[in-house]
Amino acid sequence: MIEFLDGNEAIVKGAIDAGCKFFAGYPITPATPILLGMMQELPKVGGFAIQAEDEIASIGFCIGASMAGKKVMTATSGPGISLYSENIGLAIMGETPLVIVDVQRQGPATGSATKDGQGDIQFIRWSTSGGYPIIAISPTTVEECYTFTIYAFNLAEIFRTPVFLVSSKELSMTRQRIDWSKVEKPEIIDRKYLPENASEYKPYYFENIDDVPLFSPFGGKHIVRYTTSTHDEYGNLLTMPEKIQIMMEHLDKKISEEKIKKYFPHIVRFDKQDDAETLVISYGITARGAIEAVELARSQGLKVSHLIINLLWPVPESEIKKAIEGIKTIIFPEMNNGQYVLEIERIVDKSKVKIVRINQMDTRLINPRKILDEILKNNEG
Amino acid sequence: MAIVKNAVYMKEVELPFCPGCGHSQILPQLDKAMAKLNLDPRKTVLVTDIGCVGLSDQYFNVNAFHGLHGRSITYACGLKMANPELTVIVLMGDGGLGIGGTHFINAARRNIDITVIIFNNFNFGMTGGEHSVTTPFGGKTATTYLGNIEYPLDACSLVQAVNGGFAARTTIFDRNLADIIAEAIAFKGFSVVDVWEYCTAYYVPRNELNKDKMMKLLETYGFKTGIVHKVERKEFIESYREVYLNQPSKQTKQVSLETEFENNLTQKTGIIIAGAAGQKVKSSATVFGSSAILSGLYATQKDDYPITIMTGHSVSEIILDKKEINYTGIESPDYLIIIAPEGLAKVKRIIQNMNETSTIMIDDNLVSLLPETRAKIEIFPFRKTANTIDRFSITILSLATFLARTNLFPIEALKKAVMLTQKKAIAEVNLKAIDAGVRLVEEGTYVK
Repeated sequence: MIEFLDGNEAIVKGAIDAGCKFFAGYPITPATPILLGMMQELPKVGGFAIQAEDEIASIGFCIGASMAGKKVMTATSGPGISLYSENIGLAIMGETPLVIVDVQRQGPATGSATKDGQGDIQFIRWSTSGGYPIIAISPTTVEECYTFTIYAFNLAEIFRTPVFLVSSKELSMTRQRIDWSKVEKPEIIDRKYLPENASEYKPYYFENIDDVPLFSPFGGKHIVRYTTSTHDEYGNLLTMPEKIQIMMEHLDKKISEEKIKKYFPHIVRFDKQDDAETLVISYGITARGAIEAVELARSQGLKVSHLIINLLWPVPESEIKKAIEGIKTIIFPEMNNGQYVLEIERIVDKSKVKIVRINQMDTRLINPRKILDEILKNNEG
Repeated sequence: MAIVKNAVYMKEVELPFCPGCGHSQILPQLDKAMAKLNLDPRKTVLVTDIGCVGLSDQYFNVNAFHGLHGRSITYACGLKMANPELTVIVLMGDGGLGIGGTHFINAARRNIDITVIIFNNFNFGMTGGEHSVTTPFGGKTATTYLGNIEYPLDACSLVQAVNGGFAARTTIFDRNLADIIAEAIAFKGFSVVDVWEYCTAYYVPRNELNKDKMMKLLETYGFKTGIVHKVERKEFIESYREVYLNQPSKQTKQVSLETEFENNLTQKTGIIIAGAAGQKVKSSATVFGSSAILSGLYATQKDDYPITIMTGHSVSEIILDKKEINYTGIESPDYLIIIAPEGLAKVKRIIQNMNETSTIMIDDNLVSLLPETRAKIEIFPFRKTANTIDRFSITILSLATFLARTNLFPIEALKKAVMLTQKKAIAEVNLKAIDAGVRLVEEGTYVK
């Protein structure tokens, strides 16, 4: 099957194939086509899709539906994530599987509503109070919009946490030839349930601090407690400092690069060239221009490696460290004011590696020539 | 006092509320109502909001969902939509009613089958007695210390205003409180019970509130008590099931764009079509991109148009290549097809930057509007010709002309894409337009 599809259409297909049964959203460019697609497709598989009164209700409906046992998704753009904020915190605290699609656009507030940007990259990590982790994965092609949506559901189910699928206008709304025979279809993984015959359910019980509690749905065989407050294994309010510490460490430790790698084999795509001292790092739609820039540089005889980051959060530090071995210059194009490069600057020894930022916020894709120019400039002499 | 004896769903433990707090009186009535309906604890969820009322759920042996301030109704709706077998009861304060007002209105408007019990004590008890949306005019609270200058909200009238199912108002002094709560829960549709009660920590001492004064308030504002509104209309989830879940399954046309035709493309090629709303620019560009794929090519398409979609420009960008297309920007197109003044205005800067190897194909009426450019210019009577078929067919017609001029891939591929992807009536018009577009080339063109 060969089709001419855009990223939003592929995300809808991915959600349906992942077993999504509930969607709530609110219209916002450039994520609206996902809402429309889900309203068309979910009834066909016996699911429920609804346009909510606002983004707060969208994510609230999703959290309720997820805890009743459904695989759920919502989709929005930056301003909608602003309104999701407090409920992202609830989903973290209540350990709720939830897929959030962020089709980014440029700028704060309404910004350039119909144009591209990558300015939500730090925001999605730090979007709610407390500072506890989420997972964010970032496709670069329409094929990956499909495949990564399924992975996003798998990760949400496994880790019982909000998972962001980070797209942007140009990826979500540009059609592309897609040959389904060549598209990866990941195995579907569901959340781990408490056996129905278990005598007692402790909704937030974990043996090891980084374990994910077993799930039992509202309306199932066990009485369930869910809470927004700091809680013990029964879901009752905690006031003992020692126990609060354990609970908070649990939320922090249950998500890690190492654990995610087992279920999401594409955390980075590393195109290594032996003896290269220049490394381009990119993600999302910007990676596509970077691929061309690296090809052009190599065709001129330069040695350049390219690291595409697909797992944005948590930061795949070990993969980044591997990729920067022997590297003297890192070139990092982003369609924002320099956000993910902060993570790279945190990881590398800046006295040994020069980091060149390319920050374009004019709503246009970063031209490969602009990246090439920086590669050339830093390879002179 | 605060240990509830002989309850069915409540635990026999001391309640945490202040002495005299109305919450301790309402909860046993809720228990009675639940007992009257013989609710299955596994199929019942108490969804609690923030505030002192948020402490309530842990005293019941049923499912509990304690969420964020004002958002309890959204979780309740989510639970109910996901599993309509559940009995979902929201316990919220007047604070939650205020901050979650839109969720309250919309749940009522949808008539979704949940029950909301408002523990209405006229102020925020948990944070120090600040005023709420139900604080009476003149009422003294921490934030209205000289008297409230706002008027109170009537939750029941609100339900009525949006045609929600069921609204009742009671006070903690009413003997039939349990019965009314039971009726609300049993009601198939949205239901609310607004229960007026005491906050003995703040509102009662600050305002010397007592039973008489509460009755007087009801009278002053004309707030009715008892079941003040009840209307039988279809419940939201039932409607969804009837209208959407049971819709006849339409046979969606699954089309695979397998390679059937040859192509003559030699390099990555950028094409921009600059038209106007109503010219089917976007859909025609998709047909064109599909025809390129039928010819074994890779293609991308992106569109630009104002949010007021029925007016202004409509511009589509198409890139063709023999290999996978990574970068999808077009700084300077190889070909620019201009079929409307709105589109021309939008691409003016692009026209000025085009070089001599690129080509502009333009409608003969628009030539005078062209800015200086180094691009080659070819002029065709696109509009005039399209008007003889159907004016909406101008885009596909101009793309056929483009294809006939460049011979990047066969015109048959474009026809095939039309037949594969478009409805019969539209396809017929477009096939005619394609033939007319090709004829413009066969009959010779004006070249500047």
